[in-house]
Amino acid sequence: MLFTSYGFIAFMAAVLVLYYLLPKVCQWPLLLAASLAFYAIADWRYLFFIVFTAASAYLIALKLESIEARRKAILAQSPDMTKEEKKALKARHKAAQWRWLLLALFLNLGVLAVTKYTNFVLENLGKLFRDGRFHAIDMIVPMGISFYTFQTVSYVIDVYRGKQTAQRSFPKLLLFVSFFPQLVQGPISRYGDLSKTLYGPHPYDGKAVSFGLTRVLWGYFKKVVLADRIITAVTALIADTAQYTGTYVFVAMLFYAFELYCDFTGGIDITIGLAEAMGIKLAENFNLPYFSKNIKEYWNRWHITMGTWFTDYIFYPISVSKPMLKLSKWSRDHLGKAIGKRVTVYLSCFAVWLATGIWHGAAWNFVVWGLMNFAVIMASQELEPLYAKFHARFHVKGKAPYEVFQVVRTILLMSVIRMFDCYRNVPMTFKMVGTMFTRFNVHVLWDGSLLALGLTGADYGVLLAGFFIVLGVSLYKARRGSVREALYKRPRAALYGVMAALALVIIVFGAYGVGYDSSQFIYNQF
Amino acid sequence: MKRKAFLSGLAVFLALAAVLWLCQRLLMPKYQTGIVEGSMVEEYYREELPHEVLFIGDCEVYENFSPITLWENYGVTSYIRGSAQQLVWQSYYLLEDALRYETPKVVVFNVLALKYNSPQSEAYNRMSLDGMRWSASKAAAIRASMTEDESFVDYVFPLLRYHARWSELTGDDFKHLFSKDLVTHAGYYMRVDVKPQTGFPPPMVLPDYTLGENAMGYLDKITALCKENGIALILIKAPTEYPHWYDEWDAQIVDYAEENGLPYFNYIQLRDEIGLDMTTDTYDAGLHLNTQGAEKMADYFGRYLTETYDLTDYRNDERYAAVWAEKVRYYNDMKEQQYAELAEYGHLVSFGANAIEG
Repeated sequence: MLFTSYGFIAFMAAVLVLYYLLPKVCQWPLLLAASLAFYAIADWRYLFFIVFTAASAYLIALKLESIEARRKAILAQSPDMTKEEKKALKARHKAAQWRWLLLALFLNLGVLAVTKYTNFVLENLGKLFRDGRFHAIDMIVPMGISFYTFQTVSYVIDVYRGKQTAQRSFPKLLLFVSFFPQLVQGPISRYGDLSKTLYGPHPYDGKAVSFGLTRVLWGYFKKVVLADRIITAVTALIADTAQYTGTYVFVAMLFYAFELYCDFTGGIDITIGLAEAMGIKLAENFNLPYFSKNIKEYWNRWHITMGTWFTDYIFYPISVSKPMLKLSKWSRDHLGKAIGKRVTVYLSCFAVWLATGIWHGAAWNFVVWGLMNFAVIMASQELEPLYAKFHARFHVKGKAPYEVFQVVRTILLMSVIRMFDCYRNVPMTFKMVGTMFTRFNVHVLWDGSLLALGLTGADYGVLLAGFFIVLGVSLYKARRGSVREALYKRPRAALYGVMAALALVIIVFGAYGVGYDSSQFIYNQF
Repeated sequence: MKRKAFLSGLAVFLALAAVLWLCQRLLMPKYQTGIVEGSMVEEYYREELPHEVLFIGDCEVYENFSPITLWENYGVTSYIRGSAQQLVWQSYYLLEDALRYETPKVVVFNVLALKYNSPQSEAYNRMSLDGMRWSASKAAAIRASMTEDESFVDYVFPLLRYHARWSELTGDDFKHLFSKDLVTHAGYYMRVDVKPQTGFPPPMVLPDYTLGENAMGYLDKITALCKENGIALILIKAPTEYPHWYDEWDAQIVDYAEENGLPYFNYIQLRDEIGLDMTTDTYDAGLHLNTQGAEKMADYFGRYLTETYDLTDYRNDERYAAVWAEKVRYYNDMKEQQYAELAEYGHLVSFGANAIEG
């Protein structure tokens, strides 16, 4: 069920109405039923995977907690235990917990790896050995598996770390794993955050409902009016690599940057808005990423929950692992303090970006995309002293024109790297990006060529207007804060009027229905 | 405070509903110039008086029979509930819909549509179904007609289907926001121009000549519906040869008519008897008759109707005479206008698919 389908809109409305009509004690069971129904409608077989993931996490988390409880009970019963004995007891129990954690990771990440990456491995083995035995096999890839697996893994690790108590109710944990608005494209919630509001009870709150629905509408505006409109041109541009070279690649790059932003943030707005309307607080996933002045900042503002997940569950564990600490010491001793300090950070970063690339898709494009991000972030970190000298000499830091330059530079850099999403393989991406610098056909910008990409002049008009609306709202948010709060302070008709206007614009100017291909959210595939 | 918020919400909601309704009216195609076929189904509801003869079917009825001639020559009141590529299940539900308003003595069904056994085209569906008034028949017609990509909701709220027309609105859309002109003459689509028939490509060999089960099932339903309502059903094949009407299909209809005690006329075989000359009586090289041909066809068919069925000659009924006089006037005016355009430009300018908006 696409978020943009009539079916989903009806489903969403029905759930919302029932949510507040039924007794409050029924709220979370209703959400669980709705989530499982949502998943089963996509493909009933997916249910086995998600229930297996939730069940394994549920049982192992309880086991982890019981091991810890046993240790505490032994400690309570043996007040005379020496420090060494306590240490040995802790080590023994920690080792037992570690084995259970490994089992949880093996089961959960194993399902993800098998379903999502088997064909990638087989294809590459086939290419490597030029062997007909290795060929892609028909496999189910459960919708949203990357997202819910990461949520589940974070839950088990948090219980292992003692940061989180285990959930005693399996249905409640299953709801955390399968909560339908966030199931297909995140945000990747942490149990500790989401569980505070997920299970209610939530009395009807007019402000929360109107705020939530406004955000849902804003999400649909970005997705249906803008992303699903510009996708026509993006698809045309990247499909014909013989014709669309040079400036066309530049146009494709910018169009795709806009499409991806509207698509992904639009989807997340629908998700967070719907949850908000039900009194449930989901983690923010974006913070005006296109206003970032460098790539590091960009990644702190784009797909935030994924970034923090990789930081907390990959970067830190690797950085503080015993082998890494040993390597760090060795490096400092043999290579000097400056280099030694960097080795562990760079290696951990490398692992994070490799994993991020692979998480995005089972293709070399994504691996290269991840490593390109790694290279650019490391390069900008290394160039930091040079930038500092430049800023000091020319006194540009904090000056508006220079900040605009930094923002534009970051957008362009990210957009170039993102071209690996678009073209069919890595060599083709390099080739196409290369044509931007070798083929000078700038005239296509004004000679009407852009009207041959499936978009009319009226479509470009809508896109341009939409661009300025999105920019205006983003600037307001950056300078003054919440647009909805500002509207809420005015007579109530102002907020309702904006909601009505959004609904009207979506219905009339949306790129949906006959003549348009209803397109899946880009991040649903990850 | 809560009351005020509720009232504000209600006011905005009502305003939004009103604007959406206006947008829907504006954005729905008006079918007043060029492709006018989309207006045909809804024009039926503007009829003031009942009819004794009702035609149902595709362009082979609405372009080949002139109800005005039936009136003028025989005093027969008739109406063509036709639409472009009207599929047999659409004919059935349009007939069911018509029976909510009147019970004709005779229903005439053109059998060419039986060649289609499944939904065909969204565009033609919309032209046949958008104009229907809401009823159980319309809902069933939509469900029976939808192609894979269509959605029932788009029929309930046509704005969802036509929203993208905002960039192609014309003067017609504003002019006919709340009212439309008649484009037919009791359902007949007038074309007075002439383009002689020269020849058609040879018919394709089909893997199977059996008329589809779904299509024949709906023919059964039409037959049953007519029987239930005491209506005489006549099956016809219009006198035009293209799209090709295979002998194998014809034989199946002959058998069906015999089994069900229905008259069936294949007018392709009777063209000489009717007096049709396909060098002068067609406007599009033999695909459809022009007005001259449609009048000949109506005259011939009217004789059969009046000789066979107990139809009333309403020409002496003042109420009918007044209503039909208006129809005749409009018919003759349009005819004159079309002849005038032919004389001036050599072709029709404000009529036909490529007509220029007036």
